[in-house]
Amino acid sequence: MPMNPTRKRRLIVVAVVAVAASLAIGLGIYALQQNMNYLFTPSQVQSGQASHYRTFRLGGMVKAGSIQRSDTSLKVTFTVVDAGGAMPVEYTGILPDLFRGNQAVIATGHMDNARFIATEVLAKHDATYMPKELKDAMAKAHADKKIDESGNAASGVKGG
Amino acid sequence: MIPELGQLALILALLLALAQGILPLIGAWRGNRALMAVARPAAAGQAVFVAMAFGILVWAFLHFDFSVQYVADNSNLELPWYYRIAAVWGAHEGSLLLWILILNVWTVALAAFSQKLPEVFASRVMAVMGLVAVGFLLFTLLTSDPFGRLLPMPANGADLNPVLQDPGMTFHPPVLYMGYVGFSVAFAFSIAGLLGGEMEQAWVRWARPWTNMAWGFLTLGIVAGSWWAYAELGWGGWWFWDPVENASFMPWLVGLALIHAQAVTEKRGSLRAWTILLSIFAFSLSLLGTFLVRSGVLTSVHAFASDPRRGVFILAFLTVVVGGSLLLYALRAPRVAGGKPFKVLSRETALLIGNLMFAVAAAMVLLGTLFPLIADALNLGKISVGPPYFGLLFPLLMLPVVLLMPFGPFLRWNKGDPAVLKQVLLRAGIAAVACAIVAAFFVKGQLKPIAGVATLVWLGVGVLLYAVKRWREVPAGRRYPAEMAGMLLAHLGMGVFVAGVLLTDSLSVTRDVRMAPGQTQHIGGYDFRFDGVQRTTGPNWRADQGVITVTRDGESVTVMKPQKRTYPRGQVQTESAVDAGFTRDLYVALGEPMDANNIEGAWSMRLYYKPFIRWIWGGGLLMMLGGFTAAADKRFRIKRAAASSPAEELVLQENNA
Repeated sequence: MPMNPTRKRRLIVVAVVAVAASLAIGLGIYALQQNMNYLFTPSQVQSGQASHYRTFRLGGMVKAGSIQRSDTSLKVTFTVVDAGGAMPVEYTGILPDLFRGNQAVIATGHMDNARFIATEVLAKHDATYMPKELKDAMAKAHADKKIDESGNAASGVKGG
Repeated sequence: MIPELGQLALILALLLALAQGILPLIGAWRGNRALMAVARPAAAGQAVFVAMAFGILVWAFLHFDFSVQYVADNSNLELPWYYRIAAVWGAHEGSLLLWILILNVWTVALAAFSQKLPEVFASRVMAVMGLVAVGFLLFTLLTSDPFGRLLPMPANGADLNPVLQDPGMTFHPPVLYMGYVGFSVAFAFSIAGLLGGEMEQAWVRWARPWTNMAWGFLTLGIVAGSWWAYAELGWGGWWFWDPVENASFMPWLVGLALIHAQAVTEKRGSLRAWTILLSIFAFSLSLLGTFLVRSGVLTSVHAFASDPRRGVFILAFLTVVVGGSLLLYALRAPRVAGGKPFKVLSRETALLIGNLMFAVAAAMVLLGTLFPLIADALNLGKISVGPPYFGLLFPLLMLPVVLLMPFGPFLRWNKGDPAVLKQVLLRAGIAAVACAIVAAFFVKGQLKPIAGVATLVWLGVGVLLYAVKRWREVPAGRRYPAEMAGMLLAHLGMGVFVAGVLLTDSLSVTRDVRMAPGQTQHIGGYDFRFDGVQRTTGPNWRADQGVITVTRDGESVTVMKPQKRTYPRGQVQTESAVDAGFTRDLYVALGEPMDANNIEGAWSMRLYYKPFIRWIWGGGLLMMLGGFTAAADKRFRIKRAAASSPAEELVLQENNA
């Protein structure tokens, strides 16, 4: 039976949509899996929660007085802490404007032995704001200790 | 006293918006002309009160009225007057007020230019605009009052975030909002069409320039935002796939699809239901964008404050708008839908493929943007989706679009001619391949810049071929109607944009260095000599200002002065120095002194050589120009809807059959 033009057109449209949709879904899932970054605090990393992930984001406070610069290169090391843990971080490059001790940071990178090698560091962006996700993560990591929200704000100006 | 007048004005505006949103709907339903006639005066009155409220907020900023919480939070005595005006939309409450003001501007324009539409349809359109205004005014009054008092009044205010103290930032939000809000017109049209159960082609034609204008503004807003991020965030990127960038990009993509779908519906009557659906989504995504950016739901550059009450209201508002319109769509679309059949090889098919790609791309961006929120809600952990997700998927989805683009204008409606297409393929293809081979020698075989050049030539020659064809075949004066000229400009802009992206991406030289005064770095053929850092001051900041002398082969090119500014409350802000050029930008940003106590010593800094980066924004501006040009076409300024040509009525009857 010859298909009438309307039906044929509909069939083509449906076929194109189906192919495009399945392709998009497949690719989307693949790309999502490849590019999801979890956020952990130092104590969560030390308890082994981050061991499944090659790259992840490390969030916490920069320990006051822990920032050390190299004399010859742009390498800088500092310690990120939360209530229950501390993690040495190494970063080569220029830090964001508002990076300093006793402020919240989120660093993206991977572990190298006991050290976190950061490829990107996000720091405080506005004095009245702390990323909700970091606040939540830190609250979860140490529900017993209060975080002074007003003073410890951070947000995502990229510094990587 | 005066700020309370602002609040009163907003309440009166809300009452008028309610009148504008409800009475004409009842009038249209009952055939009551008196009720329908309420729409226009109510809209005008609402606009007057909203403008009054906005003016009062501006006045409060200009007169340092720190007894108003919003003013105290976002300005201080040192802030120059132009940034005090920009501070009006520097945070959530004022942004919302600006949104409402712009909505009123569009509504008044709509009221003025819709006199020739059928009365019933026009009143429904105005009513939908009124209901949108009701939602926003309620949101402002209930959760985000810009006139809330702060007592006792502080002696000085806080500050406008220093990253917003930039010329690019002063006009980025208003222009962006012009785009967002502009899609409300297409939305109101679709809802009105669904309510009435019919959608005449003449109405779609009338709606088209509004969509084109909105999209043009949105393009300009995104370009301004991108340029600002490049100049202000201090690390030379122009797009980060940041949630709020995505928030503006999704309505842009859907709007782009909508522009093309509307063309099909208007000219051929086909794809009606799809056009309606797209206009619902374009506006819904605009709403989502507005809320995502300012509400603080997402962590990003733009998110400044969060308030859970707002989240609930936003969710409810979005549910009503999206859910309500989709429900209406489900009930009424079958009555409105229909169209002429077309062959596989036709302009309709090409536009449909483009449409699908844009829609899928928008869905992909939506998934990547909202996934962290979904994962958080489902307790899957704190996740962020990295830029490579978008960077991989987006070009893949746009590839078919770019490949098909030159053929679009050559394809006829209903049935294309394969011979013509083969000719286009041959000519544009040969030109692209030839230029790619030449380019390969210049860039030493790197794939991305070659692809960039090939894309530019492919699209450029496509546009040129069509322009030549029109020149030859059509008598002078009718060769390039505005609608077509706009299309050609925008398509050329796409080529320029893609070339800019690929060339910048692959040929940029970026170096983070440590430099002592007197040292020289050689980057991209230029010598950057660091001449030390001095102190300088501005209206409301102090700065360490570096001096970098750039030479090329011994000849002086420019002297660049990047700054590290400190604002009154201790906020630090990098001001990069950019030497802009047609083929390359030189970009210098100060990092920090290696010894914090000795600013005259060595500094860390970023030195960038960015070839063709201006082309990215240039391409965007061409696209914007295309949108505006097309909107200016005389054809869209219809006489009476009833005076549509007999041929069109015939088409309509066919469709409804």
